[in-house]
Amino acid sequence: MLTDEQIERYSRHIMLKEVGGKGQQRLFDGRVLIIGAGGLGAPIALYLGAAGIGTIGIADADDVDLSNLQRQVIHFTADVGKAKVESAREKILAINPAARVRTYKEWVSAANITDIIRDYDFVIDGTDNFAAKFLINDACVLAGIPYSHGGILQFDGQTMTVRPRESACYRCIFPEPPPRDAIPTCSQAGVIGVLPGVLGTIQATEAIKFLLAKGDLLTNRLLTYNALRMKFREIPLKRNPACPICGEHPAITEVKDELDALTVCDLEN
Amino acid sequence: MTITINGKETALAESPARTVASLLDELEVAQRQYVTVELNGEILDRDAFGNIPVRGGDTLEFLYFMGGGR
Repeated sequence: MLTDEQIERYSRHIMLKEVGGKGQQRLFDGRVLIIGAGGLGAPIALYLGAAGIGTIGIADADDVDLSNLQRQVIHFTADVGKAKVESAREKILAINPAARVRTYKEWVSAANITDIIRDYDFVIDGTDNFAAKFLINDACVLAGIPYSHGGILQFDGQTMTVRPRESACYRCIFPEPPPRDAIPTCSQAGVIGVLPGVLGTIQATEAIKFLLAKGDLLTNRLLTYNALRMKFREIPLKRNPACPICGEHPAITEVKDELDALTVCDLEN
Repeated sequence: MTITINGKETALAESPARTVASLLDELEVAQRQYVTVELNGEILDRDAFGNIPVRGGDTLEFLYFMGGGR
């Protein structure tokens, strides 16, 4: 049963036939993990908090830096130097005191990721390096937990949703990470501040649709966005029988750290 | 001949010897060593790029690594 306060707070959700009181209850019961409390993680955490997602996990070992504020809208000037997960928790609770926020002030690795993700219904990748992106894919595929992949750089972004063993995963497209320093990161090549807002909001939408079990998830398609040309494109995908983790003869049967994909820059940040 | 690359119709000189590998060189595609190529809906094995012909009417998607997020 929703309280009067909840009925008022979520009235614009409840009047949607795809949500209603039942759907809002599903959101209250939902558990979503956001890995990375930065550019992508910021709008994701704010919108999931506002939407009434019951349990929101946030994993990030970093502290807020002045250079983050141009795009990481969950962190304010007064938060510089504070742990990102703490800063994010405070903002989520300021929007929605009913949210249960669990923080993990650590980088995800093969040693901890399986334990962290197991408590969640849906995982969102808001990380900034290939080691983490491949690790999240592998851990979610092996654990059977659906997740949203997101990547941004300069004026470009791309995102896809993975339903393990039902839809194409990240390794179906990219079997192995690129070598260290082969592909620039945002801290090296820059990123327009609004870009993660666009991509992160799409990722949050996927989490909400998954919890509601409504609509069509962004599975078997890679959505690409270019802010300069203001163009979205969708590339149809399907599972790759040669995929090293979800293909017919998987070589990867447990999570591993892709050490070669770590860049010095990732380690410093 | 005409092929479709990332949704765009592209006219190329006729060349029966053209392969996915030679096309990537011809177009000076970004991330040449790491780009994933989807040909008519199938993700190709990177090691086979040099053996796969590109024909008129083919649809290719070049998929690039994008590693940012924070």
